Amino acid sequence: MFENFSLFKRTSELESKIDQFFEKLAEASVIYRLAVRGYLREGASEEFKERLDTVGELETQADSLRRDIEQKLYKNILIPDSRGDVLGLIETADDVLTLFQSSLWAFYIEKPVIHDQFANGFKRLTNMVIKAVDELALSCQAFFRNPHAVPAHNAKVTLYEKEADKVSSDLKVQIFESKIKLVEKLHLRDFVNGIDGIADHAEDVADRLSIYAIKRLT
Amino acid sequence: MIDPIILLFLSSGLFLGWALGANDAANVFGTAVGTRMVSWRNAAIICSIFVILGAVISGAGTSQTLGKLGAITALPGAFMTALSAGFSVFVMTKSGLPVSTSQAIVGAIIGWNFFSNQATDTSTLAKILSTWIICPLLAAVIAIVILKVSKYFGRKMKLSLIRLDAYKRFALIFAGALGAYSLGANNIANVIGVFIPVQPLAELKIGSFSFSSTQQLFLLGGLAIALGVCTYSKKVMLTVGSDLGQLSSTSALVAVISHSIVLFLFASQGLEALLSRYGLPTIPLVPVSSSQAVVGAIFGISILQGITAVKWNVLGKIIAGWIVTPIFAGIVCFLGLFFLQNVFSLSVI
Repeated sequence: MFENFSLFKRTSELESKIDQFFEKLAEASVIYRLAVRGYLREGASEEFKERLDTVGELETQADSLRRDIEQKLYKNILIPDSRGDVLGLIETADDVLTLFQSSLWAFYIEKPVIHDQFANGFKRLTNMVIKAVDELALSCQAFFRNPHAVPAHNAKVTLYEKEADKVSSDLKVQIFESKIKLVEKLHLRDFVNGIDGIADHAEDVADRLSIYAIKRLT
Repeated sequence: MIDPIILLFLSSGLFLGWALGANDAANVFGTAVGTRMVSWRNAAIICSIFVILGAVISGAGTSQTLGKLGAITALPGAFMTALSAGFSVFVMTKSGLPVSTSQAIVGAIIGWNFFSNQATDTSTLAKILSTWIICPLLAAVIAIVILKVSKYFGRKMKLSLIRLDAYKRFALIFAGALGAYSLGANNIANVIGVFIPVQPLAELKIGSFSFSSTQQLFLLGGLAIALGVCTYSKKVMLTVGSDLGQLSSTSALVAVISHSIVLFLFASQGLEALLSRYGLPTIPLVPVSSSQAVVGAIFGISILQGITAVKWNVLGKIIAGWIVTPIFAGIVCFLGLFFLQNVFSLSVI
């Protein structure tokens, strides 16, 4: 009986950790955007490496928060109805951070040559991806406090993902119609797919979230 | 010290109390324990304390109603009445009918009335029979109202999922305590109601306090229910469970609260006095079925959630139970009294 009196303290701690987790996701998306823009300007510079490291740190912190949240949920037998959904949500959202990090590592290791004519396309693609992830972070937070708001956020995630697909297709057409070497074309295509893949994953998470929200509302 | 012979005669009622505690505690704390939101140990402690409090503080109302139906004046007669109710519950449970101790005891009392050539008070009987139908319906209406109100405030307050979970835990404990109190207050009449007119126990004096036979019976009955909770309810809560197990935690909480309110309404003398003071129709103080109150509440929740398919076989079984249980208990009681009077030469009237 008495363990319940410390329940509100545990509740506040857990709420705070879940908020922090999604804040890390939103923060990583801002840094990712800055890093890609920086790469388009000056390649794999010191500043780019710093941003890559920052995203790496955010990913590590998010992993640690995820493990902590999972342990707290299971150890204290909290939210038995939605525990599986919450864990599924956090784990798939955590994958977005991993995708940010691996995309930046690919830039740093492979150092693709992005000609000026494609820079605008990469910028637009990155913007759409970031918007999709930002909206996903808002949707995830809404799931915990106001599940009625989830469909509106998820609709925006889908919209930005579709826009990202369109931009990536246009960019790939532009790349393959250009006069650069085939090997460069194939290399750039992989990067376009890598960036666009983040928005695809964000949409997958949003789809899951829609089901979880419906379950909460019924 | 209680005379062992008296204790032997009381044993049938105390067994009913034990069975009640073992089975009906699942209606009160089954969800909380089944979902592990409250540990069984804590649930058993809270349930036992509040069952005894409910029986001792508020058990008089329903016991008086059963007394009006048939005032059994001999201890062996009361023993057989409680025993036949207990036996009927056992047989009906084995047959898979949703049996109610309340309905079995009513049938057994009428069996005693037949045997002793006492007229059954038809107005009291009608009052009791009406509650069997009103109880699940009222539970359904209360569940619908509570669910609507909780959904409205849930939307307004925008509580986080985690905080809502913490509140639900406290609500489950509160609803469980209220349910246990109501169960003790309402169903104690089934356990020891038939023994009250006999007044088998001498007044007990402890210091400046004195305890009448009725008060001691309420305490003994409450302890028997608590014993059932502590010794056997864990198995029922975790393995057999109840219909609540299939619900979401919010719906189950609403069902438990509705069940507790209904049982309390049918047991509260204070509420009866308040309603009658303002000239409003009073709620009869009658022992009602805890399980059927839960079924009624679940039915109300299902309607609200748009589940229109009524499980006719469940409804049919409940209605069959209303008829079969009291008739069976009445016949068993009649035969048992005949046996007790003619084989053991005991005075049962």
